[in-house]
Amino acid sequence: MDMNRRQFFRACAAGLGGSSLALLGFSPQPVLAEARSFKLERTTETRNTCTYCAVGCGIIMYSLGDKAKNAKSDIIHIEGDPDHPVNRGTLCPKGAGLLDFVHSANRLKYPQYRAPGSTEWKRMSWDETFDRIAKLMKADRDANFIAKSDDGITVNRWLTTGMLAASASSNESGYLTQKVMRSMGLLVFDNQARV
Amino acid sequence: MTNHWVDIKNADIILIMGGNAAEAHPCGFKWVTEAKAHNKARLIVVDPRFTRSAALADYYAPIRVGTDIAFLGGVINYLLINDKIQKEYVKAYTNASFLIDSSYTFADGLFSGYSPDKRSYDRTSWGYQKDKAGFAMVDETLQDPNCVYQILKKHYARYTPEMVSQICGTPKESFLKVCEMIASSAPPNRAMTIMYALGWTQHSVGSQMIRTGAMLQLLLGNIGISGGGMNALRGHSNIQGLTDLGLLTDQLPGYYGLPAQKESYDDFVKARALKPLRPNQTSYWQNFPKFHVSLMKAWYGNAATKENNWAFDYLPKVDKMYDVLQAFELMGQGKMNGYICQGFNPVGSFPNKAKIVGALSKLKFLVIIDPLATETSEFWKNYGPYNDVDSTKIQTEVFRLPSTCFAEEDGSLTNSGRWLQWHWKGADPPGEAKGDPEIIAELYLRIRAMYAKSGGAFPDPIVNLTWGYRTPLSPLPEELAMEYNGKALVDVADPKDPTKLIQTAGQQLPSFAALRDDGTTACGCWIYCGSWTQAGNQMARRDNSDPWGNGQTLNWAWAWPVNRRILYNRASSDPAGKPWDPKRRLIFWNGKAWAGSDVPDYGAAAPEDNVGPFIMTAEGVAKLFTPVGMVDGPIPEHYEPFESPLWVNALHPKAKLTRANPAARVFKGDLEAFGTPKDFPYAATTYRLTEHFHYWTKHNDLNSITQPQQFVELGEELAKEKGIKDGDRVKVRSNRGQIEAVACVTKRIKALDCNGTKVHTVGIPNHWGFIGVAKPGYLANTLTPFVGDANTQTPEYKAFIVNIEKA
Repeated sequence: MDMNRRQFFRACAAGLGGSSLALLGFSPQPVLAEARSFKLERTTETRNTCTYCAVGCGIIMYSLGDKAKNAKSDIIHIEGDPDHPVNRGTLCPKGAGLLDFVHSANRLKYPQYRAPGSTEWKRMSWDETFDRIAKLMKADRDANFIAKSDDGITVNRWLTTGMLAASASSNESGYLTQKVMRSMGLLVFDNQARV
Repeated sequence: MTNHWVDIKNADIILIMGGNAAEAHPCGFKWVTEAKAHNKARLIVVDPRFTRSAALADYYAPIRVGTDIAFLGGVINYLLINDKIQKEYVKAYTNASFLIDSSYTFADGLFSGYSPDKRSYDRTSWGYQKDKAGFAMVDETLQDPNCVYQILKKHYARYTPEMVSQICGTPKESFLKVCEMIASSAPPNRAMTIMYALGWTQHSVGSQMIRTGAMLQLLLGNIGISGGGMNALRGHSNIQGLTDLGLLTDQLPGYYGLPAQKESYDDFVKARALKPLRPNQTSYWQNFPKFHVSLMKAWYGNAATKENNWAFDYLPKVDKMYDVLQAFELMGQGKMNGYICQGFNPVGSFPNKAKIVGALSKLKFLVIIDPLATETSEFWKNYGPYNDVDSTKIQTEVFRLPSTCFAEEDGSLTNSGRWLQWHWKGADPPGEAKGDPEIIAELYLRIRAMYAKSGGAFPDPIVNLTWGYRTPLSPLPEELAMEYNGKALVDVADPKDPTKLIQTAGQQLPSFAALRDDGTTACGCWIYCGSWTQAGNQMARRDNSDPWGNGQTLNWAWAWPVNRRILYNRASSDPAGKPWDPKRRLIFWNGKAWAGSDVPDYGAAAPEDNVGPFIMTAEGVAKLFTPVGMVDGPIPEHYEPFESPLWVNALHPKAKLTRANPAARVFKGDLEAFGTPKDFPYAATTYRLTEHFHYWTKHNDLNSITQPQQFVELGEELAKEKGIKDGDRVKVRSNRGQIEAVACVTKRIKALDCNGTKVHTVGIPNHWGFIGVAKPGYLANTLTPFVGDANTQTPEYKAFIVNIEKA
């Protein structure tokens, strides 16, 4: 039997009676040399839509982890959805690289803050971040809200804070953003459709 | 898109102009190759560069940047002179026969009603002649000199092939060849589709360019039919959705404007609930009060009552557009304090980068919500020549909040073909990143709590906003989707049979036909009503069967409105309800009802009822001439880009005012920032590459490996003149700044002869910046001008002037 200690434990832990018995010495050499099983066989498939242009290609994301409590999902492969009537399984050079967007080294991980005049970021908790932004927004709204125009018409608008909304975000996100921002009286408001 | 991606396969002629689908929308472009391979379609590409789309075209014609109206106006002239239009369609389905007010005039590039001080038009003289009943008058013979058909004929008679060639630099023979190919789609059994993108929108006359294309399609009878249409190839995965939902300065969900300052509630309703302008017409916007009251019930619940005009005072009133150019103008003047960028990188995306960074430096606080580290989030940081700022002098507080990306959330996105497609989460986001709805909810709930506790400026709309989400800090996508679809608020009995209910309290509504204006329905976006009905989430449907074989797949996802795949599809049949082309059946009259392969864009009226196919217009027909739709003219006219290599507009060379669009807004200071051909003799345009997506993919390894370094493209002749070799480093300057990049000398951009002036064009790909894993580069928008389309204020990124030299 040609097996080091680590391989021995792994074989025992595999658990399935027949196969582990086989690995424990009752198998011919070629079994050990067998190619690994296809990686995607053990993944979870999730349907999604490419995040880039508005062709709206269907994609399948393959993730490791079976969604059990301690199994953190990790997307390891993305490909075109063959059922999708528009892209029929294909992707373009942008879409083919989607996995690198998900795992980009430049993904933001924590809230950060840059103080006036500073040359650097410092990490901040979500709680403090939300608290400070909410206070800044309310203070600005209270100080600059225009309830009536010069000629006495009720206009209820707030022009000193503005927002650009994300046109790669979902309809649900966009709807909530629209609903909340208009309730505050925002007019300086646009999304990428403007450019 | 009036049509959708798969439908492109049904075209006979495909015109790609103002876009480069093979490069920017490759999987959509596959339907062009499908049409070529299986429908014998012929592809025409008109573009300043011999693009990747051009490489696959049956015919390519070059054009100078920013002159598309001259080109298309020339095609219209060709069609009218040679009578190559689909006459029956034009007569029955457009306003060609409508009579325009006799005071309407056009001279020296100006339409009647112009005020030079305001740089805008009074549109009264562009209106219809009306009869005593208030209906527009028509001349079915099309002979009256004031009828739209005759006005068009006269207007475009100036756009001769010689004039087109002078302005566009397109050789006359090439132009005529394109005319011939386009005209071949005039017979009822032939269809042409037009595919366009930012190459048409990003001009000071962008909206009118698109209008010219639409007019062409109407004259050819190509709107509402399979394989036809005006197809905008939109650039972001949900840019269509955010437009539909009205996240634009003056818009509410479902394509109507917030009230203007001068409008009372009655004015507001009256201006949007359009009454028919011809007898028997649908004018579907008459239902506007149902859409709007239902929106206000969705947002404000019991606080929106008939007595308070459905919380009319809760809506901010518009005194002017606060589009992005206006916003940064005000910011630069120090008139703004706070700004939130949610998945948006204005330092990369907006024109005149120096002006943008200067404006952000005057803010008190900036909030970035993004999955990636954008240039905007670090506008205050010195990146050497790429962003040469002094951090210590920038007093803006910056918060950077990490958000999820597509793979880490559930929800729907609306593609260019108006399909709402649901997607599912595959993994958790990195670190502490949160979804956008959670971030908005957290901010809102904290602000609401402060208003509830200590009051402040007009707290009413904030504290009364409906928020019945199960977990208030984290509204579920399912809850939000059900809210924008809409539901019944109370039981309503059928007036004809009180034992039957026409709606049951709490139930999801089946379509916007069920909306009511009495406060008994709530709906957050009327055009999305039907996306999540009592039968469940229609956007998640995955049946790709295509029983008619024409690519309609009605059970795949859900398209707005009411799952209709091709807009204006009633026009696919003749006035008697018979398909213009028996091989191209969308909807038709089967003797009792409208049937076919699509959801009819029409009511139940029989053909003999004489109801027009364009049910959303007050006219019932499509508008070749628009009395009220546009601010810069009822029909398109060619104007030069604000920065043009030519000193004059060849159509009216003596009129200085109408060299560029006289109704476009130009801010003080920006006029001075425009260059002249003396210092900047070359035309320039920005564009995109297939390996990259805007400023995102420079953060990705694969994309950055395939296209690592910034370059600019110039033709061999210009390169030779300037002593530039392929691979040299070059400087490109505009009146606003300078970039340095590698020169890519190609055969793809040729010099054009514009009335004796030789015009060279420099191509400037976007995609690089000072943050990313690709090699650092200069933001292309360092060079672009701060002026927008007169109607939409979309900046003129596609046509400006530069100089170039070896670095």
